[in-house]
Amino acid sequence: MIKVEWLYWLVGLVFVVMAVQMAADRSNPRRWTSAAFWGLLGLTFPYGTGVANATAHNGGWTLPAEPLGLAVLALIVLAGFNFLGKGEPVTSTAQEREASATRLGSRIFVPALTIPLVAIVCASVLDTSGLFETGKATLIGLGVGCLAALVVGMLVTGERRLSVPLHSGRSMLEAMGSALLLPQLLAVLGSIFALAGVGTQVGRIVHGILPDNSTYLAVVAYCVGMFLFTVIMGNAFAAFPVMTAAIGWPVLIEQMHGNEAAVLAIGMLAGFAGTLCTPMAANFNIVPATLLELKDQYGPIKAQLPTALPLLVCATVIMALFAF
Amino acid sequence: MIVLLGVVVVILGFVTRRNPVLVVGVAGVFTGLIGGMDPLEVLAAFGRSFADSRSVTVFAVALPVIGLLERYGLREQARRLIGRLTGLSTGRFLTVYLLVRQVTAALGLTSICGPAQTVRPLVAPMAEAAAERTTGAQLPDRLREKVRSYAASADTVGLFFGEDCFIAIGSILLITGFVNSTYHQNLEPTQLAVWAIPLAVCAFLVHGARLLLLDRQLERQMALAHAEHDVPLPKGTDK
Repeated sequence: MIKVEWLYWLVGLVFVVMAVQMAADRSNPRRWTSAAFWGLLGLTFPYGTGVANATAHNGGWTLPAEPLGLAVLALIVLAGFNFLGKGEPVTSTAQEREASATRLGSRIFVPALTIPLVAIVCASVLDTSGLFETGKATLIGLGVGCLAALVVGMLVTGERRLSVPLHSGRSMLEAMGSALLLPQLLAVLGSIFALAGVGTQVGRIVHGILPDNSTYLAVVAYCVGMFLFTVIMGNAFAAFPVMTAAIGWPVLIEQMHGNEAAVLAIGMLAGFAGTLCTPMAANFNIVPATLLELKDQYGPIKAQLPTALPLLVCATVIMALFAF
Repeated sequence: MIVLLGVVVVILGFVTRRNPVLVVGVAGVFTGLIGGMDPLEVLAAFGRSFADSRSVTVFAVALPVIGLLERYGLREQARRLIGRLTGLSTGRFLTVYLLVRQVTAALGLTSICGPAQTVRPLVAPMAEAAAERTTGAQLPDRLREKVRSYAASADTVGLFFGEDCFIAIGSILLITGFVNSTYHQNLEPTQLAVWAIPLAVCAFLVHGARLLLLDRQLERQMALAHAEHDVPLPKGTDK
């Protein structure tokens, strides 16, 4: 049986290999701290197996959680105080890419489409085959899909050196920087909020405001809350753990028995509608205005606002109608 | 009640544009401590939830493949295909681009299009050229800005309301990672991705309709701009 932990070890290995490449890259002004960050992140993946075993009491080998917590704080310090740098991207020239696009045509899309295709096959057809750990077929399918796509990609492009995808991937990793880790850290923050009782407190306030058992008002509170929090913070990912620990989980799912997947997926999208209207989400709304040399830097937001508001209404209505 | 200060820390941190990773770290430690945990318990909580939410970061295994394909002209080929969409009006062209952006994002190809990759070099100029072709005149600056803003909006709306239909995207994995580790559930990414489809359809209908209406707005405003130029202005008045 293929276990999801194997996938985590693969992810860890990818980070460690890229960290070694970074340490050797003299064009990166912060190569040692960059390598320390990605290398440490890579090591947290296999170490996490032991911590997860201890939490799940599944009889596997266990490791204490405190050192991992310390490692996470070290990652936060390295990323938070700008210790991450970029090297010269290892890539082809524009002419080479044009020539290769002419040579390969739309065949270049085949490996990219392999990833979702394999993942979907694993999650549907192979899910009941007993080949994968129960309940983890999609994630494992993603890993299998990426490996399959790598093989297909090397066949289609005729590339023989495994170092080429690793170097190109590393450049993407450097370009994303600490943004890559943010979603996982926000999931951690959400857990700490829940442990410290933030959800219980906000739930109590919400309970005082909302009339008892009004599902529709609670749905409106969750969707509009996601929207407004995202507008204020500029990041739907950051709004999600707060609003979900406060209203989404305790009120909509536990108390009113909403469909988990529907409530959470649509709640996140209500936040995305908020991202469309806020200058706080500079990389999505202000950067394009600069790139397009607009005089009015709010031009894209003005074009998006009349779409975002109807979409917030759609999200609220769809959740109210189909999640309960 | 005092633990709610942790939420305040997150909001203040993001509003004042501090480094997001640092904000999250500080808010986590702060909330844990005022919530009554001792420092070792806070460390253990960080460690345990980090281990349980490793699934959020697994999308990194796709980076080598995407990097390889980009090196071999993935973006160039995407640009070529979009470049073939000539002969459409501005609104229709942008509607087709919106659909292309949504569908490719839903297949996990979020980085083949984007403001730098496609909008600036291709989509905005093509939308402007289409407007000038249909109205037969140069666009005044104000309308040029409008067309460019709409080009940017087609890209952003398409990305946001397409990517969540893909299982291995940060937002979907954040939901499963958070819920599975905090509330001990067994939610699968596919269940969430399916629920993103109805809103993806809504987004296409709403924004697509607005993009199609752009054609009429442009025509009307071009006519107005012409009328303004044709009428001689009285002397001594500023336009």
